[in-house]
Amino acid sequence: MAGGKEIKTKITSVQNTQKITKAMEMVAASKMRRAQDQMFATRPYAQKIATVVSHIANAHSEYKHPFLIERKLKRAGVIAISTDRGLCGGLNTNLFKKALGKIAELDDQNVEIEVVTFGSKALSFFKRIGAKVTAEASHLGDRPEMSAVIGPVQAMLSSYVKGEIDAIFLVGNAFVNTMTQDPVVTQLVPVVPSVKSELSHHWDYIYEPDAKEVLDHVLERYIESLVYQGVVENVACEMAARMLAMKNATDNAGDMISELQLIYNRERQASITQEISEIVGGAAAV
Amino acid sequence: MANTIQVEIVSAKEIIFSGVAEMVYAPAVLGEVGVAPGHTPLISPLKAGEVRLDIGNKEEEFFFITGGILEVQPHVVTVLSDAAIRADDLNEAAAIEAKQRAEAALADQQSEFDIAKARAEIAIAAAQIAAIQKLRKR
Repeated sequence: MAGGKEIKTKITSVQNTQKITKAMEMVAASKMRRAQDQMFATRPYAQKIATVVSHIANAHSEYKHPFLIERKLKRAGVIAISTDRGLCGGLNTNLFKKALGKIAELDDQNVEIEVVTFGSKALSFFKRIGAKVTAEASHLGDRPEMSAVIGPVQAMLSSYVKGEIDAIFLVGNAFVNTMTQDPVVTQLVPVVPSVKSELSHHWDYIYEPDAKEVLDHVLERYIESLVYQGVVENVACEMAARMLAMKNATDNAGDMISELQLIYNRERQASITQEISEIVGGAAAV
Repeated sequence: MANTIQVEIVSAKEIIFSGVAEMVYAPAVLGEVGVAPGHTPLISPLKAGEVRLDIGNKEEEFFFITGGILEVQPHVVTVLSDAAIRADDLNEAAAIEAKQRAEAALADQQSEFDIAKARAEIAIAAAQIAAIQKLRKR
């Protein structure tokens, strides 16, 4: 029986692969649950600080913070959030496509770009396309810490304050549900406030100690929280995408195994039939 | 029941407190402020210390924060804490031990994944130690 042994080896090897993808699927599923919990836990802070910032933007302050003032766009900063590891389907590819779209759009307006990356995939991608990467953070783990986000964000904010860049965009994945993750581009700075009609009357805060210091503090936290939220959300996206990719891989391996098994059985049956007909033929000759 | 004000205390990781209080005391950078219902809009950074709530019936609630932001609107007080940990949750020995453990893990470099985890642990431990020391100084 020719090729029987080869087919058997092939089946074993596919089975081994299937075991790995199955294990990765289950690991990703359990990590996803944790990542989702963390994502929901960090949301209230992000929402509250967004409310405070919208109040600030609607307050009639004499002091206008640089983060709230629109400038002519000459150079822009992009903060890109990706995963550290691959095997998560098209998650990173879709994100980079979206980022490239934004960069091309800015390029048409003759805007120069500098990039801050989170995750080693983004770092290697932007290095490869020759973008100017000014800061990076990778290997944040499955439970990213706020402290890991602050450094790179500060780097970008300080170049905004110095006037080296005129706007900052955030490119990250939004977790819609387990099946869907959408890459989105949001403008971080200048801050786009939501206008609230109930706050349109003339009012202002008491700032302690003074407006500049308070706004510096609040807006910095706001940007950091947006980026942190993005990083946390990206972990949930990564796990969901990996779970799905590994589930597909496991299913495909299953299909492949049953096909190979069919070929093997057919081959075996053919060789038995042949053997019998040879014996019958032999007996008839005697 | 006397006049009350809605209070929201959130940290980057969770909602710490959400409810009503008769009076809120918070450690603003220029000194402790007390906020009663109907206070004029106020915004101030907070330093490390204690947020105290009078929730009526002579009952009080304490929260330890390592810093953050206080926002007062006439109907709602929002405390955005950088890392609000309930004061009795702090355990310096455990924090130092966690830091040492993490440093040991860093010393024998295994895989990239372990290093990332160890770094994160060090960051948490360092923050907690700093918080406890600040609390002691007071």
